[in-house]
Amino acid sequence: MLSKSKVTVSMANSVNICLEFSGGAELLFDMVKKHDVSLPGNSQPWTIKSLLVWIKENLLKERPELFVQGDTVRPGILVLINDVDWELMGELEYQLEENDRIVFISTLHGG
Amino acid sequence: MPVSCGLCEKRAMLKRPKTGGALCKECFYNVFEAEVHQTITSASLFKRGETVAIAASGGKDSTVLAHLMKLLNERHDYGLTLFLLSVDEGITGYRDDSLETVKRNQQQYELPLKVVSYKELYGWTMDEIVRQIGLKNNCTFCGVFRRQALDRGAMMLGVDKIVTGHNADDVAETVIMNVLRGDIARLQRCTAIVTGTEGAIPRCKPFKYTYEKEIVMYAYFKKLDYFSTECIYSPNAYRGHARTYLKDLESIRSTSIIDIIHSGECMSVSVKKDVKMPTQGTCARCGYISSNELCKACVLLEGLNKGLPKLGIGKPHKARLALGLTNTTGTTSTSGSQRKEGCQSCSCRRHPYAVVNDTSGCKKDDGHSKDDPTATDSSIKQEELGSNFSTVGAVGDSAAACGCNSEVQKGPCASTVGVKALCGKDDRNTPCACKRGEAQTNKKALGNSRAVPDLDF
Repeated sequence: MLSKSKVTVSMANSVNICLEFSGGAELLFDMVKKHDVSLPGNSQPWTIKSLLVWIKENLLKERPELFVQGDTVRPGILVLINDVDWELMGELEYQLEENDRIVFISTLHGG
Repeated sequence: MPVSCGLCEKRAMLKRPKTGGALCKECFYNVFEAEVHQTITSASLFKRGETVAIAASGGKDSTVLAHLMKLLNERHDYGLTLFLLSVDEGITGYRDDSLETVKRNQQQYELPLKVVSYKELYGWTMDEIVRQIGLKNNCTFCGVFRRQALDRGAMMLGVDKIVTGHNADDVAETVIMNVLRGDIARLQRCTAIVTGTEGAIPRCKPFKYTYEKEIVMYAYFKKLDYFSTECIYSPNAYRGHARTYLKDLESIRSTSIIDIIHSGECMSVSVKKDVKMPTQGTCARCGYISSNELCKACVLLEGLNKGLPKLGIGKPHKARLALGLTNTTGTTSTSGSQRKEGCQSCSCRRHPYAVVNDTSGCKKDDGHSKDDPTATDSSIKQEELGSNFSTVGAVGDSAAACGCNSEVQKGPCASTVGVKALCGKDDRNTPCACKRGEAQTNKKALGNSRAVPDLDF
């Protein structure tokens, strides 16, 4: 069910999205920057908040505290929803749509 | 519900942390570039005709800085000649990869690149230093060496100024660290947009007021090619805490960063009268600016070469004892905020470095450093700095070389490595360059070669 960069769960009403990790955030995901994932059908609509829980349980390989803190991303990691700053999109409450592209960029690594 | 740009009708792409305003990509580019231009012009960072080295690590800040310096220099006709300057610390799997990024930047921005390496300057790579010292204090070595290496590279290039990619987050972080450590002297300096004007090549921070978030977003939208990996030799823990704290504050109130810088600036004005700054002199060995007789790099290097790598770490007076350097009198009362006056590198309030006699093991070297008139004459320092480079290699390492035991003679003497690299001369089978005559020969050769910077474009 879980392969290196591709996770597929076939279920009704699943949401297919693309996740990207960069700026050093990919270090927590086996150095794989791009992940095409299919989120399983859910009674509740998928939001960034529930996506973070899903990432923590399904994709994160090590040290989850370096990516999530409480129910949100660790401060210093930028989130873009279809290239738009998540701060303009409702942050954790944004409801995921089919083919959304969510990018996580760490600013915490050396410059 | 898409938010529209505060300046035009298009869809907003990011929320600015400094103002809270929403901007589209194009307006963001314009505002970002205009603000850096404004920082440069309002602080009069450059004069027409100057040559400027961009300190390039291959990371996000320096990559965006190189892009912006080139762009603004052309757009606003600053009349600057730009170089990329990189330091190769010799960290396998980290710096070698990031240097590849710098080399790509060199192609992309068509700027000449100069790389100076620790190996060439000091005879040691960071990998070798870590093998000696372990993972505990290695960042001290790296930090001290890098600071000097940048200056030396800049002198080889003959540039007037160095620009670094330090951003608003970095400055705010440093303010917090200096407040927490009670380091008032550094607190005063750390908010300055230009530092090192006395003696050293001035360093400027065009990104002093630029948020890290905007730098990263700019690099992302413009698809700039940068490298991002943490150094493999554990990051600075104290700075890490300051960084986490700052990022937590930013997530609650994003103006915190600029507010902390503002506070830092105000504190530096208000404490000015009470803090005595260390008097700047030059290192007796290498000629680099130093408030002590020997600069930190030379003390660290001597420790490494003597097989006492912990020498320069911790209390400096202990290091001096181990080095056989003696303190003479000249103790001034050092209390409270003035304590940095005497003892530069530690928080002890005793044993200030006043005047010290160099009585280290190497007698020949000792005579040399005492006789060397350039060691203390700061008025001709600038001209002499090029030639004084040789003393790092030739004299600075002499303690190791100059037990003149066979151990040193066997391997490539660190000092000859340094001298060779700097003066371009071949190794002439001299076991080490510690002999006084030898050092002076090299010194001359180097003094001449300074006029022709060796660029490895």
